[in-house]
Amino acid sequence: MNRRWHPSLVIGLVGTAIFLALALTSLLWTPYPIDQIDLARKFAGPSPEHWLGTDFFGRDMLSLVMAGTLTSFVVAAIAVAIGMVIGVPLGLIAAAWGGPVEWLVLRVNDFLFAFPAIITAILITALFGPGATNAMIAIGIFNIPVFARVARGGALSLKSLDYIGAARLAGMGNWEISLRHLLPNVASLLIVQATIQLALGILAEAGLSYVGLGTQPPATSLGLMLKDAQSIFLLHPWLTYVPGLSIVLIVISLNLAGDGLRDMLDPRLKREGLANAAA
Amino acid sequence: MSLYLLRRFLGFAITLVVAAAAVFFLLDRLPGDPAQFILGINASPDAVASLRNQLGLDLPLWQRFTDWLLAMFRGDFGVSYTQSAPVAALIGERLWVTLPLAGFAMVLSMAIGLPIGILAARRRGSWLDTGLMLLAQMGIAVPNFWFGMLLVLLFSITLRWLPPGGFTPWQEDFWAALRAMVLPSLALALPQAAILARVMRTALVDVQNADFIRTARAKGMTLGEAVWRHGVRNALLPILTILGLQFAFLISGTVVVENVFYLPGLGRLIFTAISERDLILVRGAVIILIAAVTASMFIVDVLYAVVDPRLRGGLQP
Repeated sequence: MNRRWHPSLVIGLVGTAIFLALALTSLLWTPYPIDQIDLARKFAGPSPEHWLGTDFFGRDMLSLVMAGTLTSFVVAAIAVAIGMVIGVPLGLIAAAWGGPVEWLVLRVNDFLFAFPAIITAILITALFGPGATNAMIAIGIFNIPVFARVARGGALSLKSLDYIGAARLAGMGNWEISLRHLLPNVASLLIVQATIQLALGILAEAGLSYVGLGTQPPATSLGLMLKDAQSIFLLHPWLTYVPGLSIVLIVISLNLAGDGLRDMLDPRLKREGLANAAA
Repeated sequence: MSLYLLRRFLGFAITLVVAAAAVFFLLDRLPGDPAQFILGINASPDAVASLRNQLGLDLPLWQRFTDWLLAMFRGDFGVSYTQSAPVAALIGERLWVTLPLAGFAMVLSMAIGLPIGILAARRRGSWLDTGLMLLAQMGIAVPNFWFGMLLVLLFSITLRWLPPGGFTPWQEDFWAALRAMVLPSLALALPQAAILARVMRTALVDVQNADFIRTARAKGMTLGEAVWRHGVRNALLPILTILGLQFAFLISGTVVVENVFYLPGLGRLIFTAISERDLILVRGAVIILIAAVTASMFIVDVLYAVVDPRLRGGLQP
């Protein structure tokens, strides 16, 4: 197996690391406080004081992008965690037990696929009001069937192998086989899928915040910056370029990292992959 | 009707009913009494009680659910409190924007994505292939609503070719309505086209390497003939899967992209309903969205059976 570092993996990881570093820095320091309103300097273009200019409240765009990137990453990462923690056990259980259990898991999957993130977010917002948590839960619920499917698919291809049969002969039960043999062997598949879902999560968070179902002020996210720019973007297009391009760069980086990881971890997997991207 | 289709239809129906139940019981958890809401705070308890009775709110939960479900099959989605109009009529009006938008976007994404995928697969390994796949990689990363903003800036502000937003109803001015659809459907189609191009390329490359193509070539066919006669059907299966997911994605995508162009579609109806806490309207609109998503998955299952004869006998793929 070729374990050389794939160029797209390097580019992807470097890009992701840059944005992640910017996001984490915002916890300790931003060039200006993101809630500092200074109407005298609103709509300023890029300058030595404000590298990316200022928005309609005179807030520093670079500071907003840093803090917004953090929100976007956190929302997407928690959504991936929700999807993995619930989806992976479901997928492994379906593969290890088979029969009616598998049937039930597949039906649950079908059911969850009927709820794209936006629909779940609409329901949660109607119930509890808007907030970033809604976006995490809504995207997380949509991630569950994705991870369940990947885990089950990977585990099924292992199930007929000799060492699983040997484990069964040695007296291992379904639980032990799932944990000791299936999970470690599908881990690489899951990591690749997690990268892709992280990218999709960042896109989904942006969409939800843009329509007002996600992050709310005074917090900020890249999607919320685009929502703020919506009513004035014909006059001040710059305000949409900055957060929009940030999203594009983050998502490209994550997708490149995912593609590279997939090729590096298992060249046979090249042919699969994008099936989940449309979700 | 084969066993496969029957099974799939049952699955579709069950998913839909369970989803409806989930939506119904979730929204029913909400504090606040609709009867009290309609009559206002000063209404007498008697008046509220009689309206509750009239609305069927005093019936047991299960009975209200089945009544509601059966009423929907008759096209009765209840009455919106805030707009005092039947929910079905309100949604129906908005579907004239949402469904054509999703439909146009679907057609556009296929018209752009499939030829690019075929071209890249035929020139596999060339610079053209690399360039097209890089473009696709970028297309996947662009949020559709942001791309919509860019389209407005280019085609409405700089070039002044198309309106930046708004909508004239179809029956008033067909061509104006069509023009209003161009940019939003392009915005929706781009990321989908990028995904389609990648899947189409992979599917065709895989087929070219398949044993049955080698056999066909050994019998004297050119690669083109072999792929055309034996490969296309096989390449269609992954494309179908993606198209089904895509329509679901496009339907929910319209809800977001509408906002960029101020289109009066289902999304804007839902957001107004949420802010006015009109839950009957939210519920009806969400059910319609879920039905559209589930139905598109079922249609893909049906198309599988058309493309793949193995399924018609009742075998699982």
